[in-house]
Amino acid sequence: MEIYLFVLLAVIAIASALGMVLNKSTVNSALMLVINLVTLSGIYLLLNAQFLALIQILVYAGAIMVLFLFVIMLLNVDDEQSLFSKFRLKYFLSFLLGSVIFAQILYSIGGVTDMLPQISSDMLEIGTVEAVGDVLYTDYLFTFEMTAILLTAAVVGALMVAQYQVKKDEDSEV
Amino acid sequence: MIGIDWYLALSAILFTIGAIGVLIRRNAIVVFMCVEMMLNAVNLTLISFSAFHGDIAGQILVFFSLSVAAAEAVVGLAIIIAIFRNNLSVDITKVNLLRW
Repeated sequence: MEIYLFVLLAVIAIASALGMVLNKSTVNSALMLVINLVTLSGIYLLLNAQFLALIQILVYAGAIMVLFLFVIMLLNVDDEQSLFSKFRLKYFLSFLLGSVIFAQILYSIGGVTDMLPQISSDMLEIGTVEAVGDVLYTDYLFTFEMTAILLTAAVVGALMVAQYQVKKDEDSEV
Repeated sequence: MIGIDWYLALSAILFTIGAIGVLIRRNAIVVFMCVEMMLNAVNLTLISFSAFHGDIAGQILVFFSLSVAAAEAVVGLAIIIAIFRNNLSVDITKVNLLRW
């Protein structure tokens, strides 16, 4: 049962990833990426990571992709005329580099899959909200608080970068 | 539970598709989405190792990776908006100010 679910989700994920890369319309690419993220969330569920599956849908497929679609709408990007126009050598080199990366990853994961520890079945149930929160708010509390600062800095930085004209504060009396 | 190599192979395939997408696409937004997909492939690797080791630390790392990805998406899209203001295009081949 689990293998069928995995194959179904994996085929959808790979197909939507290819559809994202090979799509001329930017909006369609973004929607393909949403499908990809949702299927990845299903795969997280297969791995008993329920909390991260929910977070994946909320943060990635929800918040980040809405941001992407807003930017696409704001910039009014035209569809590309052709994906493969010129620079044949560049595409050849890209695919070559991609296959080198793929072979390298496959080679490196080939050595680790037989080194896994034997774990009991109750250790498989680790991804619940209770288990994640228990570790997150004790061992990783400092990192968690630093994340808040990071997000605040990101929002302020994005406002500064995307602002049309940074106002000079010469008028204001200090 | 099926073997870990299935999950790692899926992650490798998604990472490779994302890497090739970064290399062949010219639209800056699509390049950025490909980077997000590569991040997700690595997250899948972390979660599968976490599940098969019975250790929660990998999932905590994915949680922080998600929040960093959110911050990175916000700043990256702001940079894309700034590029669009200067060039009236999101074609990254036209961003060649520092190119010799």
